[in-house]
Amino acid sequence: MDKVTAPAPEPGEAWQRVQLARHPKRPHALDYIQRLFTPFEELHGDRCFGDDPAIVAGMGFFEGMPVAVVGQQKGRDTKQKLYRNFGMPKPEGYRKALRVMKLAAKFGRPVVTLLDTPGAYPGVDAEERGQAEAIARNLREMAALPVPIVTVCIGEGGSGGALGIGVGNRVYMLENAIYSVISPESCAAIIWRDAGKAELAAAALRLTAQDLLRLGLIDGIIAEPPGGAHNDPDGAAELLRVTLRQALSELAGLESEELIEQRYLKFRQMGNFFAETAGGSA
Amino acid sequence: MAWFTRSKPTRQPAAEEERRVRTEGLWTKCDHCRQIIWRKALEDNLQVCPKCDFHFKIDAVTRLRLLLDDGRWEEYDSDLVSTDPLEFVDQRPYKERLAAMQQATSLKDAVIAASGRLQSRPVQICVLELKFIGGSMGAVLGEKITRAIERSLARREPLIIVSASGGARMQEGAVSLMQMAKVSAALMRLDQARVPFISVLTDPTTGGVTASFAMLGDLNIAEPGALIGFAGPRVIEQTIRQKLPEGFQRAEFLLQHGFLDAVVRRHDMKPFIARALDFFCGPVH
Ligand SMILES: [Zn+2]
Repeated sequence: MDKVTAPAPEPGEAWQRVQLARHPKRPHALDYIQRLFTPFEELHGDRCFGDDPAIVAGMGFFEGMPVAVVGQQKGRDTKQKLYRNFGMPKPEGYRKALRVMKLAAKFGRPVVTLLDTPGAYPGVDAEERGQAEAIARNLREMAALPVPIVTVCIGEGGSGGALGIGVGNRVYMLENAIYSVISPESCAAIIWRDAGKAELAAAALRLTAQDLLRLGLIDGIIAEPPGGAHNDPDGAAELLRVTLRQALSELAGLESEELIEQRYLKFRQMGNFFAETAGGSA
Repeated sequence: MAWFTRSKPTRQPAAEEERRVRTEGLWTKCDHCRQIIWRKALEDNLQVCPKCDFHFKIDAVTRLRLLLDDGRWEEYDSDLVSTDPLEFVDQRPYKERLAAMQQATSLKDAVIAASGRLQSRPVQICVLELKFIGGSMGAVLGEKITRAIERSLARREPLIIVSASGGARMQEGAVSLMQMAKVSAALMRLDQARVPFISVLTDPTTGGVTASFAMLGDLNIAEPGALIGFAGPRVIEQTIRQKLPEGFQRAEFLLQHGFLDAVVRRHDMKPFIARALDFFCGPVH
């Protein structure tokens, strides 16, 4: 059916994007939040187990408009990285995110989510507290949220861990962000039994913003300043601002039912990459 | 899509199963309790070890025969095949891998979507086939399950999904990832329409399948000993750099931590589901 005919990117290109998406100086969620949502009051905790610093959530004001913001947060220095668990959320992070999104829904406020995680935390405590259940619930509940959701992948869109706050009416990626079902390293380890082949895997996985746009999985690409967002965080935030302003104003005109329907149909048609063959097994 | 009957399991056991059940003529050894058991006794006991109750893996067709009245069902979308959206090539093109799998399993992808009757009640049912690229979810599996949910919704027939999967299908990249959102969104509609959905988790159910539909049942029930988790045990061991305790991520562990409604033996699965559907929908007339 919908065949992707564009040529594969050069192996080096995908890998370059991976490096940029993980650049040590790349702006993280809070870097954008403090530039775009002023003032911003962070809200903590899932009302159930605890507070997860790998996800920040709160009440923000975007150009005067009240907007709930939820973002995966990485740390900059070693201490912050450990505190943020390298941006790998635990179940309480996803549950906090959902709590704040429902709070926004209750009071009719739109939601902006910022994706930037290597993945949901693969640890013993996360499993004990139901990592899979927390993500699954978010996917289902976000599908029915009666307010606009605008999602932007700002860095690493690490699989289900990213998608767990990523079911938006609009989904964008920054120019050098990546979004993948598995990290290139893990993919390489499985396929070539050699994590060093990550560069090859990065190309094979089609994880760049251009790839996802071509596959019909995102709505648009947000340009970054020359060389990447880390060269000019203020400039990157301003470019993000333009897209958020437009998306939020377009969605503001829709009723709750229309928002839910639009979001549903958007994801319903994702991945129409199948065909009916003659002579099936039945 | 005519009604048809499968009188026998039509497929040979795959290599993996062959390793689990070491065949020595009529006898076989249980990998769990290490006792020698008569093959026929194992078969008569629904592939559950008569000595230690270990539940061997069974394929999708066997599962359907077990759950549906008279071993009869109508299959849907059996001809749906992946068109390889990424043109994925590792050591071997994904297209070739798919073709080989299709040959080996006589399925086109990793799920059978069907309707049938369960103790006389019409149901929609999807059963994942672990032998087909690890039961992984790509565009075809996501679409077939979404269509099953839509049939459930349109006919107001309960939905049962029996999972056995390593998660999202790597070879379809972000396309497979988004199937998690697609299926979960469809389940939200089913939920709002108050049509029952029973999720049955079997050994193993991990990754993107657990983190989407498998955990979204009105009831989430599992077979004893089934491995269930988000991250696979090897990934966790690499992260924490230590061995995981015995029983971690097994069905009983999830039950204890509050993520399953019940652990149900294979013999009791059909009556359990029937009672649940009686409870949700009232008795069948
Ligand atoms: Zn045994």
